Amino acid sequence: MSSCRRPEHMAPPEVFYNEEEAKKYTRNSRIIEIQTQMSERAVELLSLPEDQACYLLDVGCGSGLSGDFLSEEGHYWVGVDISKAMLDVAIEREVEGGLVLADMGEGVPFRPGTFDGCISISALQWLCNADKKCHSPPRRLYTFFSSLYASLTRGGRAVFQVYPENSEQLELITAQAMRAGFTGGMVVDYPNSTKAKKFFLCLFAGVMGVIPKGLGTETAERGMSSQANFTTQRSRFKNMKGKSVKKSRDWVLEKKERRRRQGRGVRADTKYTGRQRRPNF
Amino acid sequence: MKLLTHNMLTSHVKGVTKGYPLLIKATEVKVNEVEFNPQFISRMIPKLEWSAFIQAAEGLGHLQNLPSTVVPEFENNEDFLRDVHKVLLEVEVIEGCLQCPESGREFPISRGVPNMLLNEDES
Repeated sequence: MSSCRRPEHMAPPEVFYNEEEAKKYTRNSRIIEIQTQMSERAVELLSLPEDQACYLLDVGCGSGLSGDFLSEEGHYWVGVDISKAMLDVAIEREVEGGLVLADMGEGVPFRPGTFDGCISISALQWLCNADKKCHSPPRRLYTFFSSLYASLTRGGRAVFQVYPENSEQLELITAQAMRAGFTGGMVVDYPNSTKAKKFFLCLFAGVMGVIPKGLGTETAERGMSSQANFTTQRSRFKNMKGKSVKKSRDWVLEKKERRRRQGRGVRADTKYTGRQRRPNF
Repeated sequence: MKLLTHNMLTSHVKGVTKGYPLLIKATEVKVNEVEFNPQFISRMIPKLEWSAFIQAAEGLGHLQNLPSTVVPEFENNEDFLRDVHKVLLEVEVIEGCLQCPESGREFPISRGVPNMLLNEDES
């Protein structure tokens, strides 16, 4: 794969995954291994009934690396992808699932209650960028999630392995998923390892489910949770380094607390603390 | 495109209310051999829009022994399940197109893959 870290910044997916990239991607043994592992984990998180062949949707199926795993598990599947070149490779590889050329941001084109579950490996982050002038990422995410919600049976799950760029992107994704009716949360495997860390967004259609623990969390710091449940609580956002945005009310309160601990005299906190002053203050 | 996939596909063009079932216009059809899983077929039968399935099979000339309504107590009827399996999973449309029953809009099928990409004004 190209040495770029975020391919979605280079070009839209149907352009990035052209013929050459599709072949390279599918022949790379490291990629095959990683994709298979992530598919395995995603299917595990789907918690499908044991020993039952299910009908699944694979969003962003690409050349069928994840689909192959589904077939191995005895499941039947339909794969959706926007890149014709990737689907051509899937055809050559004679994958067993049905393939559909489609843009997930336009909605998944299936009847209500079609699928027992849905997986998506390394695809959802592509929806967060506007590749055309008319694109609105929140609207496309909502169109995708609401159509997906309808296409799942009641109690069906959707598991997305994602590479979120930042917390704002995660927030954007989860907000639209919730708007569409999903409940669920994020499972983070190996949260302390930069290399091994993996995010799995687990969504439930119609039934509240228990979000499993992330892998590699036994050695996690005490009190640090590796899951995040959806909540309608508004929370203040810190940036990725865990610090509050400078000069915000949070930052002012934290600074005052720090100075109190240092034993300095600090005014009491009131409702006026950190409030925007008039320009000629 | 297998008939199982076709039975679930609908037009998602903005403003279309009756985008199902899509009419199949096939120029090339193939029959493959697919492993028979009676439990899966049994589970999928209630999910199928049976009339759309029969209509599609008939259009492709692959109606074979399929009845116009689902046989009662099909779960244990292996012959029926095999007949369904043959048409549902072994018949594939390779070239052709799918036509929306409401708008007439055509979605091309190439190498067995239907192209459901929408134009700018359709989403």
